[in-house]
Amino acid sequence: MSTPMVRAEGVRKHFGRLDVLKGIDLTVERGQVCCLLGPSGSGKSTFLRCINHLEKVDGGRLTVDGELVGHRQQGNRLHELREREVAARRRDIGMVFQRFNLFPHMTALENVTEAPVKVGGASKADAREQAQLLLEQVGLGDRAHHYPAQLSGGQQQRVAIARALAMRPKLMLFDEPTSALDPELVGDVLDVMRQLAADGMTMVVVTHEIGFAREVGDTAVFMDEGVVVEAGDPRRVLVDPEQERTRAFLSKVL
Amino acid sequence: MIDTTSPAARATGGATSTPELEIVPVRNHGRWIAAVASLLALVGLIGSLAKNDNLRWDVVGDYLFADLIFDGLATTLWLTAAAMVLGLALGTLIAVMRLSSSPVLYGLANAFVWVFRGTPLLVQIIFWGYAAALYKYVKIGIPFTDVTFFQAETNALLTPAIAALLALGLNEAAYASEIVRAGIQSVDPGQAEAAHSLGMRPALTMRRIVLPQAMRVIIPPMGNETINMLKMTALVSVISAHDLMSNIQDVYAQNYQVIPMLVVASIWYLALVTLLGVPQAWLERRYGRGTTRAGHASPFRRLLGGTTERLGKKNKERNR
Repeated sequence: MSTPMVRAEGVRKHFGRLDVLKGIDLTVERGQVCCLLGPSGSGKSTFLRCINHLEKVDGGRLTVDGELVGHRQQGNRLHELREREVAARRRDIGMVFQRFNLFPHMTALENVTEAPVKVGGASKADAREQAQLLLEQVGLGDRAHHYPAQLSGGQQQRVAIARALAMRPKLMLFDEPTSALDPELVGDVLDVMRQLAADGMTMVVVTHEIGFAREVGDTAVFMDEGVVVEAGDPRRVLVDPEQERTRAFLSKVL
Repeated sequence: MIDTTSPAARATGGATSTPELEIVPVRNHGRWIAAVASLLALVGLIGSLAKNDNLRWDVVGDYLFADLIFDGLATTLWLTAAAMVLGLALGTLIAVMRLSSSPVLYGLANAFVWVFRGTPLLVQIIFWGYAAALYKYVKIGIPFTDVTFFQAETNALLTPAIAALLALGLNEAAYASEIVRAGIQSVDPGQAEAAHSLGMRPALTMRRIVLPQAMRVIIPPMGNETINMLKMTALVSVISAHDLMSNIQDVYAQNYQVIPMLVVASIWYLALVTLLGVPQAWLERRYGRGTTRAGHASPFRRLLGGTTERLGKKNKERNR
């Protein structure tokens, strides 16, 4: 059995006195799609952000591809890494945000080429060629020279996915990628994610799209108040859950 | 007045069968009276100035392009440029210090701004001009020991020009730091997060992602600061730094033509301030990329594009 892509053991996180994560155990195997669901404030986005160390973990152990992201282990101690070292480890982890966070002063193409050129050391010509292919892959080949403000929300989110893919990540994190979109634009973004999953990308997706989780997810994880309430096959967890809490949530969103 | 309403009115009038109604704009009698009165006042003022023999236009003409004035202009210009560069560089550093999580750096930056923004610029200029009265020698070495790497007389180092540059630059840094800090804080934190998630280091993120976006907020007030700086250089005449104003004062101290010489100074300051608007407009356009849905055309083309678009629209309405 190879090392899992993501392994969380007793991950804890608090903001001031508020315990946001109270010991999360979770494993995502290679090539799997793991969907995190739960009410707002349940800690699912915080956990996702812990995976690439945008939030610092306060306790427990969190590894990506067998490697700690924000720390170096020596004996029983976890030494915090310098920003430079954290940045190097984040290169392999793509992230897509709820609010897209495209760089507004750059065109779609420049958004996608920025990191490969400035971080990956690719030549500008190569990065452009690859970026054009990625934009075509997400159906936006003809929008390469548009600025984000000239694109619809759905188009912006697809550029954001292309931007993350440009670093050839081994893991993709999605933080409610369709929550800020008009309903009619959600489908385009989900189609891109579906294709990505079919191509074998390992994905952790925080989402409210129950249908997507059921159809594409290999595991569904239901979280509430900083703990994992229930996890397993989405066709069981999201159809016939064991826990009362999960059932109550599903009855509200469906 | 060009009637902009009737083509549209005619178009709709043609489409439906409602009778064509004429729209009568409100008549602003008060506005007309105010316009006439203020124009009369202006004509009166210009007339009285033209008839006033004390305003010696011949003296203005003699000195407007005098060598002495050009020498002063050169000093004013390099002093403005150097003080702004010093102020912006130091100001950015202080802004970053104020955003730092280290309480020491934050406190030091705050203290700097407190002192240099809290005392009059005139005081600071005179202070630097007379700093030799405080320290006769400038020494660089290890504090509290006799080890010295560098030593010089203060008066030799702090020429009036250098003292003026220090005074203006340090004062500017205090104001610039506030502007830069506001600019940096105006950028959505999600931008830095997105950059970090792509593996960009903090310094690279600041340079490539945050600062270019902050510039949009920073440039307009910094343009103001530059214009202010150009005029504030006149204050360094108190330590005779040989800027435009110092030289003007030297002249009228001899020929007593105070008002004509001030007119010469004003003409040059006005001309320079007007010229400064050009690079500012260019910078605003450069850093405004991606902010409008219409893309980015030059101000000139936007003007042309705007009219042709409006004309086109009118034609379309007419053709309907």
